[in-house]
Amino acid sequence: MGAAVAFEGVVALLDRFPALAGVDLSVQAGEMVCLRGPNGAGKSTLLRACAGLVPVRGERAEVLGFDLRAQRRSVRPHVGLLGHRSPLYGDLRVDDQLRHCADIHRAGTPEVSAAIERFALGGRLGEVAIRRLSEGQQRRVALACLTIARPRLWLLDEPHAGLDTSSRDALDELLAEAVTAGATVMFATHETGRSRVAAARQVMLAGGRVEPAAPERHAKGPTDVA
Amino acid sequence: MWREIWLICRKDLIIERRARVTLIQIVPTVLLVLVVFAFALDANPSLLGAGAGGLFWVAVLFGAVLGAKRSFDIEAEGGNLDALRLAGLVPAAILWGKAAALALQLVLVGVFAAAGLLVLYSVTVHDWLLIVVAGLCGMAAFAICGTLYGAMTVGLRSADTLLPLLLIPVAAPVLLAGTRAFDVALGTSADQGWSWTALLAVVLVTYIAVGWAAAGPLLEDA
Repeated sequence: MGAAVAFEGVVALLDRFPALAGVDLSVQAGEMVCLRGPNGAGKSTLLRACAGLVPVRGERAEVLGFDLRAQRRSVRPHVGLLGHRSPLYGDLRVDDQLRHCADIHRAGTPEVSAAIERFALGGRLGEVAIRRLSEGQQRRVALACLTIARPRLWLLDEPHAGLDTSSRDALDELLAEAVTAGATVMFATHETGRSRVAAARQVMLAGGRVEPAAPERHAKGPTDVA
Repeated sequence: MWREIWLICRKDLIIERRARVTLIQIVPTVLLVLVVFAFALDANPSLLGAGAGGLFWVAVLFGAVLGAKRSFDIEAEGGNLDALRLAGLVPAAILWGKAAALALQLVLVGVFAAAGLLVLYSVTVHDWLLIVVAGLCGMAAFAICGTLYGAMTVGLRSADTLLPLLLIPVAAPVLLAGTRAFDVALGTSADQGWSWTALLAVVLVTYIAVGWAAAGPLLEDA
């Protein structure tokens, strides 16, 4: 399989500040990559750049074969991004939100039903306004929307934040399934204690650049999921 | 494209159905503006009757500012606009879908404002057709204008003040032509009501053309 992400010397300016200051990164299709680094290292900007939401410059900036320097919009329909905040409409009910996601991504009822079942969003929860849900429940709805969208490249910023143990397990399973199905997953996290996180290739960012690979490339920590 | 416009419009209307912001917040504000004008003009029936057309459009313009702000607040919340862009929706579809939903909400506001005029100002309508056609053209123009500037100011810290500052001057031609057309329809002027309505239509077409040209850059940079 080819490279899903091929960055060479990629620079992204946010209000004249170089949030990415020459990123060199190659991610193969079907790979799972965990972005690490201190706050302000450029993890979120890198994910947004991969989604085609941030203008970039550089020697090479390709995502899924699209040149981000010229075709930033073309890559977007193939990418799913879940940022720090869950992109949900607070006044919609859960079922309204999922139907909206399904309609704009041209997904059918089976995909919606599967997402509802996976993230336990059925029953009366479907009739609750998103604004009234807890942060973890909102995260589950956002992940369900991402599942419905079936992206080729998953970009997740702190995806485990706010989730309870069972939802974290469901998320880990979802990411593993996505990779098995041929999708590529990149996520930024500060988590170290999950086996799926530890199993991913670790990429360290600092000061808007990718740090040289250390000899030990996997995170250390207890593994709480088989 | 039409499907995408419909999806965005339907989503905004479902949000309105759930939250009822137009019905519970914007309509009462517009009615309050009409009441305040009545107080300010000392409840003078002849003065109120003479100014009813203008007061209607000023009140609806306030409603349009509130509606446009609300329309893009829900997109800024949680990064929903990014989600729409990532879904591969054409920027123009997002813009027209939101404009259509705002126009329908403004029609609701206009119906209540017209009822308020009839009750509070005791005006008599001489030409209902002129009222309806001029009203629809004007509200569609307000909706497009509001959506354009809503997209321009979404996410800005100064959006609350910037939106009315940008929108009201650009909406002035609608205010002027709408007022003249309504004055004729309410029998307070012997002007050419349909000529003013034709001007409203020209302004509407101009806003549509600007919207087509600006949708991409506006929503790309928002």
